[in-house]
Amino acid sequence: MHVDLESVRDTLMARIKGEIDLATADDLRDIIDERLKREKYKAVILDLGGVSFIDSSGLGFILGRYKRITGQGGKLYIVRARPSVSRVLELSGIKKLIPVYATENEVFQN
Amino acid sequence: MVAGVKNWVRFEFPSLPENIAFARACAAAFASQLDCTLEEIEELKLVVSEAVSNSIIHGYAQRPDGVVILEIKLGEQKTIDIVVEDKGCGIADVDQALQPAYSSASDRMGLGFVFMQSFMEDLEVTSEVGVGTRVHMAKSLLPTGEDYRE
Repeated sequence: MHVDLESVRDTLMARIKGEIDLATADDLRDIIDERLKREKYKAVILDLGGVSFIDSSGLGFILGRYKRITGQGGKLYIVRARPSVSRVLELSGIKKLIPVYATENEVFQN
Repeated sequence: MVAGVKNWVRFEFPSLPENIAFARACAAAFASQLDCTLEEIEELKLVVSEAVSNSIIHGYAQRPDGVVILEIKLGEQKTIDIVVEDKGCGIADVDQALQPAYSSASDRMGLGFVFMQSFMEDLEVTSEVGVGTRVHMAKSLLPTGEDYRE
C-alpha cells in the first residue's frame, strides 16, 4: 500500500495505491490523520484509482475518515473507484453517505 | 480423493494481518482452476479476506501467535467449499454476530458476515467459547440450471 498526499487549495488529495485490508488500513489512517492534524482542510478526496482490493477493514478506514472530517465541518469524496471496489462500496451503503465521482474535476465542478 | 472433489488444498498460517492478502491470493489462484469469471474471483477474495480477518481480529484479538486454517475444496460439479477455522476465543452468540452492522470492534462496520452471506450460497458458522470458530462457505459456480459437462 502506498499513499501520495497533495494539497490542492483547501482540499487534501489522497491518492492510494495497493490493497486496503486489516494489514494496511491502520497505516493509511495514521498517514492521513497526521496530515489532518497539522493542516486545516475543507475537503478530503480519496483517489481509489490505484486500489485493487478493499474489504470491510478498508471500509472501516473510509468510514472513520468520514466521521472525522465531517465532525470538523469538512467533506469527504471518493474518486476513480474501480468497478470491483465500487461494488463493495455500493453493497456497504457507503455511497449513500459519501459522494463518489469519476474524477476530482467533477468534485471541484460540483 | 473424496468422491465429488476435484481438487483441494488445506494450509495453516499464523494470525498475522499480512497473511490475509496471502490467504485471499492463494484462494483466488486455486479457484481459478474452475474457470471462474473475474467477478467470481473478486467475490471469493473478499469472503476469504473477511473470514480470515474475523479470525485474527475477533478470534485472536489481533495476537500474532494464533493459527488460522484455510481449506478449499473444488467440486467435480464446479462447486467451491471454503472453510476458515481458528482456535481462538469463540463467539458467544453466533446469531447476533451474523446480524448486519453488528461488530464488537468499534471502528469496523460489521459487514464481514454480510459479504459472506451475499456472495456465497451457504454460510455455516459453528463456534464454541474458548475453543474456536469454524466458518464454512459454499457456492456453485455454474449459472443457475446449467449442468456441468467436462
